Amino acid sequence: MLTQTSFQGKLSKTEDLFIPFIEAGDPAPEVTIELALKLQDAGADILELGIPYSDPLADGPTIQRAAKRALENGMSLKQAIELIPTMREKGLDIPVVIFTYYNPVLRIGEEKFFELLEQYGAEGVLIPDLPYEESESVRELALNHDIEYISLVAPNSEERIQKIASDARGFLYCVSTLGVTGGENQLSSEVTDFIERVKKHSPVPVAVGFGISTNDDVRMIREHADGVIIGSKIIRLVEAEVENLKDEQKREEALDRFYHNVRELVE
Amino acid sequence: MVQVYPDQKGRYGDFGGKYVPETLMAPLQELEEALDEAMGDKGFIAEYHHVLEKYAGRPTALTYADKITDMLGGARIYLKREDLLHTGAHKLNNAIGQALLAKRMGKKKIIAETGAGQHGVASATVAAKFGLECKVFMGEEDIRRQEPNVFRMKMLGAEVIPVSSGRGTLKDATNEAIRYWVANCEDHFYLIGSVVGPHPYPRMVRDFQRIIGDESKRQFLEGEPTLPDYIYACVGGGSNAIGMFHPFLEDDVELIGVEAAGKGVDTEEHAATLTKGDRGVIHGSLTFLLQDEHGQITEPYSISAGLDYPGIGPEHAYLFDSKQVRYEAVTDEEAMNALKLLTETEGIIPAVESAHALAQAFKEAKDLPQDKTILINLSGRGDKDLATIMNHFKGEE
Repeated sequence: MLTQTSFQGKLSKTEDLFIPFIEAGDPAPEVTIELALKLQDAGADILELGIPYSDPLADGPTIQRAAKRALENGMSLKQAIELIPTMREKGLDIPVVIFTYYNPVLRIGEEKFFELLEQYGAEGVLIPDLPYEESESVRELALNHDIEYISLVAPNSEERIQKIASDARGFLYCVSTLGVTGGENQLSSEVTDFIERVKKHSPVPVAVGFGISTNDDVRMIREHADGVIIGSKIIRLVEAEVENLKDEQKREEALDRFYHNVRELVE
Repeated sequence: MVQVYPDQKGRYGDFGGKYVPETLMAPLQELEEALDEAMGDKGFIAEYHHVLEKYAGRPTALTYADKITDMLGGARIYLKREDLLHTGAHKLNNAIGQALLAKRMGKKKIIAETGAGQHGVASATVAAKFGLECKVFMGEEDIRRQEPNVFRMKMLGAEVIPVSSGRGTLKDATNEAIRYWVANCEDHFYLIGSVVGPHPYPRMVRDFQRIIGDESKRQFLEGEPTLPDYIYACVGGGSNAIGMFHPFLEDDVELIGVEAAGKGVDTEEHAATLTKGDRGVIHGSLTFLLQDEHGQITEPYSISAGLDYPGIGPEHAYLFDSKQVRYEAVTDEEAMNALKLLTETEGIIPAVESAHALAQAFKEAKDLPQDKTILINLSGRGDKDLATIMNHFKGEE
């Protein structure tokens, strides 16, 4: 039974959620803003905005490359958060979840980080290398700032699922397989059992990510989960247009092709 | 009485912990339970010591370096000869311990990261000895500068996996090993080579390396017969230093960890994590690391592949923060000069890593009275570094 789906009231539904991921600053800050808007047009319900990191332990080669491109553009945690108001001005009204590794948060300071999220209008945060046991202070700050702290469960979480789910906010992120993002493994049938188990304990929508790259994958996940999270595949669609997206003359057309490719993926 | 670290959550004061993706929490829990059980089992401890003695060649010698002592004219200098251990460095102590644990856990496949290649060789060695399958992740830059060790690993039957991300050094190899472990944690044992990583790794590696300090203490008391006044060890991730220091933490002995200052701590090219770094999270633990103002981990530099690491074990961060150990930094140039000096006076070619500890000790020994004693952990031998050494001294002949 879903008890709360807040994101400051910005999320209007609790199922069939499409949650795409893009890396802030890949391939350029102004392009990130346009990509966010195209994803909203293509049906995104929540935007995961990734902060590029030098050592992204949970990510496979695709997101590592995106991080590298973004870091070469000088993108930082603060600059990425500062993109949000411009996205809003241009019409983005879906919730934005900041996806960041812990070290940049620690560097800027946990309190300062949440002040920035509140000031610039992010609704959620996800820190992939901060497991439940290390996240107490961050979860408390998130509550105080009315920011959803997104928790993750993995196929081997077992008895941890109940504990993690009981404190879940926003949506609960189910990692589909053991491994890093962007894997090309076939989604196993075990995944559906896992989703069902998690749903039993979760007070918030259950969304599945990691390795979801085809329309078939999306359909299969939709049948069982409340939402589908697509990261590496979206990044590969950006990557295919990197040069065109950077070129102001060619950007508009590249964004249109990106939009159509995303539509095809999630339709 | 010094408090026992780490605590239940794997903390050394503020430092340590488990900053890992959720997927690794289960394997870390499994590891911790198996480790605690093994360390409480006399049979396991006996087997570990048996392999160390009959296979690895422990105890290693404690050598009084009379020539260099006379030459410097100050404190009396002793060397703990980990260079004499099988495979040429202290790394094997830990590899044996973890391989025995892997076997006990029923894991037939091990993975390891390596910088200088010494831990890779140690892992490949125990894999051959105990019939395990072994993959070693190694940065492309390190593969280039440590070619003999790459060949040794392959001969021993290990698969060496080149890592091209970042600058292709130890940090990047560790990232890739962790990523591989995330995907394959069900049947793979990750054999970490230093006192880094998420809990319980820093504690486990320390406990498998403290044999260095335990032995040294016994040998010193039998010989001198007092404890040394100063102990020096080089620090990259910090396993040889923790192994040496730990048994002396409650004694009246001054402990000095020596980091790599590369081309100088005032340049951009160094690996002096405690001297120049700040608090942060790397490879699963809260410690000190080299990073920029935005919290991006920066690329370290040292002539020594084994010290070329932007982080440091969390227990060192704690010992630094609580001022129980003094940390200094030594440049490439100073280390290479100490290497040459030891080779010429004592007939021992040390590893470039260990030469950092030698350099700091030699610097301080001169000004100490002759009734003081110095112990230096000679963590490895220099055979693997011949190309680096030849390159450094070319033109001087």
